Amino acid sequence: MKKDGKFFQILILFLTFLKIGAFTFGGGYAMIPIIQKEVVEKRRWATNADILEILAISESTPGPISVNAATYIGFRVAGFWGSLFATLGLALPSFVIIFVISFFYKTFMTWRIVQAAFKGLSIGVIILLCMAVIKLKKSIPNSFLSVILFVITFVGMMLINLFSWKIPSVTLIFIGFGLLVGIVTTAITRKEKKK
Amino acid sequence: MIYFELFYTFFLIGLFTFGGGYAMIPMIEDQIVGKGWMTDAQLTDFIAISETTPGPFAINISTFVGSQTGGIFGAICSTIGVILPSFIIILLVAIILSKFLKNRFVKGALNGVKPVIVALIAVTAVTFFIKTILFSGNAIRSVPMYFDRAAFTLLFVLASFAIIYKINKKKSVNPISLLLLSAFFGIVLFY
Repeated sequence: MKKDGKFFQILILFLTFLKIGAFTFGGGYAMIPIIQKEVVEKRRWATNADILEILAISESTPGPISVNAATYIGFRVAGFWGSLFATLGLALPSFVIIFVISFFYKTFMTWRIVQAAFKGLSIGVIILLCMAVIKLKKSIPNSFLSVILFVITFVGMMLINLFSWKIPSVTLIFIGFGLLVGIVTTAITRKEKKK
Repeated sequence: MIYFELFYTFFLIGLFTFGGGYAMIPMIEDQIVGKGWMTDAQLTDFIAISETTPGPFAINISTFVGSQTGGIFGAICSTIGVILPSFIIILLVAIILSKFLKNRFVKGALNGVKPVIVALIAVTAVTFFIKTILFSGNAIRSVPMYFDRAAFTLLFVLASFAIIYKINKKKSVNPISLLLLSAFFGIVLFY
């Protein structure tokens, strides 16, 4: 089989996202470290800066972040079929696992070994998330504005989480704020340059 | 027909949930519990199951509800339903945006979002830390504070491992190896 053939690339996409789907515990951002390892470091399909862009797009569009990321990366690598098979690969592990569990879910939850393993996993995920933050931090534009946006989001979101304030689509509000600030500063700097 | 109803309901859920994950719970409660496909207690149980199994929450819950309501075809219909909106939207965005990525306003907007995203990930890390090590719930108000010494020790051991690996091998540890290791230690420590 030709290693650079399109069919081969689509197969690799499918298998890579199958792996990502099988090892994403905790959902959402918890899969970023694995995407970084597989997509950025191993396959070089995207850079860390691209990942941030993909996340920005995923957060501003409906649907689960991982599905969005799989579709987007799949499309960039191999067009429509790439995005289809990346998304299928991502969904397949959870589909199979949950389908099987749905028949005996009441007993599944009482298995202490599952609970113990999950407690370990949830601690591992904390470290993975910290690793992701350290890597992605390098791709943020180095400016005072970035620091301000980071601090506002971090403090605001932390307070909301700690006090369990129920604010619908709260992440979307922060994302929208970031988009807006980004556009406004671009407009202002353009005017200054014209002067 | 139940298959079409499952597909349609999850299509709506997929279309109207931004950010994914738990952001979709209110919508699911409204649609799924409202239709009698699941009780509130079952939904709470299922959130725990979803946390213990890999994969995005949206896919987990659509597979589960579909399977309980309409067997394997129900599961397939609802999972395709929940994925399809994001798939179509992202495909359109990818096609359109690739033409506009060099535009300075698009660039500026994305540059504004980047620090916000990194901050949101950092918040997730800190929230997970608080949830597993400091409080048994995730809010200050509801639960008295405690300190889980075993969990903290495991965090310390895993973090040291990740740092030493990075210094020695000049590259970061494979996330899958780290997850397998933490599941193993979890069983050793907490079982």
